Amino acid sequence: MTTYGSNHESWGRWVRSKPARVIDVQWSSELPRVDDLVLPYGLGRSYGDVCLNNGHTLLDVSRLNRIRHFDVEQGILDIEAGASLDEILRLIVPRGWFLPVTPGTKFVTVGGCIANDVHGKNHHRAGTFGCHVSSFQLVRSDGTRLRCSAGENPELFAATIGGLGLTGLIVSAELRLRKIESSAIVAEREPFRSLEEFDRLSRDCDASHEFTVAWFDSSSGRNSKGIFFRGNHAGAEAGAPVVTRRRARRLPIAPFSPFFGPVAVRLFNTAYFRANARGEPRLADYDPFFYPLDAVANWNRIYGANGFVQYQFLIPDGAGLEPVAEILDRAARSRRASFLTVIKRFGSVPSPGLLSFPRAGLTVALDFSTRRSDALLPLLELFDDIVEAAGGSVYPAKDARMSASRFQRFFPQWVEMKKHVDPGYSSSFWRRVTG
Amino acid sequence: MKVAIIGATSGIAKEVAKIYAARGAALFLVARDGEKLDSVERDLRARGAQQVERYLADLSDLSLHDAIVSAAGSAVDVVLVAHGVLPEQSKVDNDAQAQVEAFELNATSVISLVARFATVMEAQRSGVIAVIGSVAGDRGRRSNYVYGSAKAAVHAYCDGLRSRLSAAGVSLVLIKPGWVDTPMTIRSKKNALYVHPEAIARGIEKAIERRSATVYLPGYWRWISLLVRLLPARLVRF
Repeated sequence: MTTYGSNHESWGRWVRSKPARVIDVQWSSELPRVDDLVLPYGLGRSYGDVCLNNGHTLLDVSRLNRIRHFDVEQGILDIEAGASLDEILRLIVPRGWFLPVTPGTKFVTVGGCIANDVHGKNHHRAGTFGCHVSSFQLVRSDGTRLRCSAGENPELFAATIGGLGLTGLIVSAELRLRKIESSAIVAEREPFRSLEEFDRLSRDCDASHEFTVAWFDSSSGRNSKGIFFRGNHAGAEAGAPVVTRRRARRLPIAPFSPFFGPVAVRLFNTAYFRANARGEPRLADYDPFFYPLDAVANWNRIYGANGFVQYQFLIPDGAGLEPVAEILDRAARSRRASFLTVIKRFGSVPSPGLLSFPRAGLTVALDFSTRRSDALLPLLELFDDIVEAAGGSVYPAKDARMSASRFQRFFPQWVEMKKHVDPGYSSSFWRRVTG
Repeated sequence: MKVAIIGATSGIAKEVAKIYAARGAALFLVARDGEKLDSVERDLRARGAQQVERYLADLSDLSLHDAIVSAAGSAVDVVLVAHGVLPEQSKVDNDAQAQVEAFELNATSVISLVARFATVMEAQRSGVIAVIGSVAGDRGRRSNYVYGSAKAAVHAYCDGLRSRLSAAGVSLVLIKPGWVDTPMTIRSKKNALYVHPEAIARGIEKAIERRSATVYLPGYWRWISLLVRLLPARLVRF
């Protein structure tokens, strides 16, 4: 199920934005010439404002989604950039292939995965999504059509991967897929009782498991409980690959949701922890393993009318655990509910993008309701201080509020990036952090 | 299985073609724009279509219809007639010529093709003809009566033809989609009743499989449409 007829907002729904117009881009042979600043828009799963273009033009590419070529022997898929990972899985899984890297939702487009150089549970092995893109076609606002790869237009290739959609329209891309013998995942869960314990577990498992991630009940700061999820693709003995067909439910969410306060979050976290405490290996379906939240089509609505922000930061290797621990402690003390705190160790595979977020270290994603945002914003500013002092950064794909000066210090390469930004392209995010 | 799709680059037809491609069908595609058809063809081949034949034609030119039907060849199991245009009503309100052109594409050219395929299938004594009508054809509305009147003509034509073909074992399936989120409705403001063309396509495949007579897609449009038809004209201003 791909959501069409989108209202062209962002996933966090906190940043209010109204594009001057939305142009449907369906055919690569029929690209519009627009006399305004444009930004490609896919399925709107970016949390903040990297997918918004307030007062200007959005190019809705969600129907630019045809396969150009699928080499089933070699696992090379050439596909238009508006195709969703959901559509791709339905095509490739029955033929014994899987996405080399996937984020936590399948309702994102290939173009969006490249533009945000997204990562997944296997970052410590496979690096980012961009590591598996061998080439793509880019159309600039002056009509120039370029093939970009490590060998052709390499600078634009690097600037476009993680380039937040600002270098032109990615029309199609060629992906190198991962071979699988079964669509099942041999999954294990292991509870842990502190950040330190997580760190030990993660270091132990990264060599033995392709997929690792942890869920953290951050209500007690660094000494919170959590569950460590790890897994590997199952072998042929688990049965032939099949596509999971799960029907997404919709929460009947009212515009305001008073019952989702801190108490409810605590109850939810405790229940979730109990339900997941046992951890013997079992065969899990790939869909609930990789995309647990896709089961609820509109989970972003649980935060009510004001929406929410997600704060995802990175503390590089070498800075130790203390900066992460301090942020977790402060988040817990603020008593601001975070439904899902996700923590993951990134590996050292270099990201191919100029502005890519992942590098070796720990990354944590915290959700905050934006009710009483006047108190939230200073708290996040404080987190920024800790992240900056540790030499880390904040993930633009999730961001809705970091200051221009902060962004420019987190990503000093933005100066280089600026040279590659198409003069006809812009976004709410880009104007905010460079304006 | 051989499936002919008329208007193969349209929003709904493309999704139906994807389903049959995945089933390994041989496809015969008719459309006007070669570059668009190229990209549709590549997509369908990658999805497993056993064969893709293509035919470029402007369907408003009725003199090409004989050639189209003979190019489709014999032993066509399913033909889906899906081409059409939704004119912006307010722009054509005072343009008789534009109204007639839209009517000719949506009604005359559809009837012209369906009639020809009916002759072929009646002779081969098998096959399914699926035609895309519309809930807009159930009652003329101020906002789309040019489109709606053409669909109404197609509906009446299909009802009669279905009776004739049944003796030869040929089925005629009339599809009446409600509001579908396709390029045709790009100008309309989307509400909760708009559905993804993929869902409509699955319904079309099922209707063809079951050889249904008339199907509303999604099914609840049967009731909406009934209500709309029952409203007295004196009160209706939509």
